[in-house]
Amino acid sequence: MDALIEQLKGEIIKQLNLEDLKPADIDSDAALFGGGLGLDSIDALELIVLLEKNYGIKVSNPADGKKIFQSVRTMAEYISANKK
Amino acid sequence: MEQKNYITSLCSIKNGIVSLDGVSGFSDKSIDGVDFIKAAYKEYQLSYPKFYKMDNLCKLAFVASELLLKNNPLTKKYASQDIAIVIANSASSLEIDTEHQRTISDKNNYFPSPSVFVYTLPNILIGEIAIRNSIKGENSFFIFDKFDAEFMSSYINSILDSSKAKCCITGWIELYENKYEAFLYTVEQQEGTLKTEHTAQELKKLYNH
Repeated sequence: MDALIEQLKGEIIKQLNLEDLKPADIDSDAALFGGGLGLDSIDALELIVLLEKNYGIKVSNPADGKKIFQSVRTMAEYISANKK
Repeated sequence: MEQKNYITSLCSIKNGIVSLDGVSGFSDKSIDGVDFIKAAYKEYQLSYPKFYKMDNLCKLAFVASELLLKNNPLTKKYASQDIAIVIANSASSLEIDTEHQRTISDKNNYFPSPSVFVYTLPNILIGEIAIRNSIKGENSFFIFDKFDAEFMSSYINSILDSSKAKCCITGWIELYENKYEAFLYTVEQQEGTLKTEHTAQELKKLYNH
């Protein structure tokens, strides 16, 4: 799980153009939205694309997004449980 | 009596040189193409969380507008609805349009990026400047083959003369295929330190300088 979390941090930085951040700057359990990363609704859409593009996971129910994208750890747990 | 309008500050970014009111500032010709825009952002210690998420055209407009408004803080002198923004260029948003097209050209690898797609209009750069500075005045974006001093002077003067706005952030923001050029200036009804009237003739002189 730790390896996936670190990989995911790198992918998030790349996908969301967070050029001034390094993976170590992102707390695995901190809130992705409403927190220090300053993510917005477009970033939420980018994270959905990231899951589909990199892991083949489609988030079909938008209501699930709130739980999935709570933190990097919850994203990693969702990927582990649903990766094809 | 006809109202006179004046160019009151000017920021130019091209060929690895930033200049403000005609005075050269940060310069580094060794930095390749559009990377110079990010270098200028860092050099002037600008800070804006959204900067790195912008496309290159908006990055260029953002840096030019930050330096211009730092030099001449219109937002402290005028109400938000009295500041107009009128920008023109030639390539429109073609650079990011092409990037978006790449993400949708292969049906088997079809992953359009929302953050790329939102920049596929040139007037988004006006929105970025407006949001950053809480500007709510008249705005327009024009596409021409090249910088049109006659049109720009006539159009902006008409906005000010008809009281649609009291000042304007205007100019040419062009970026395509790793080439970039920002020529951004402010127009007001009071003469500034540049002592330059906003006429096509004066604009041509400044633009070609």
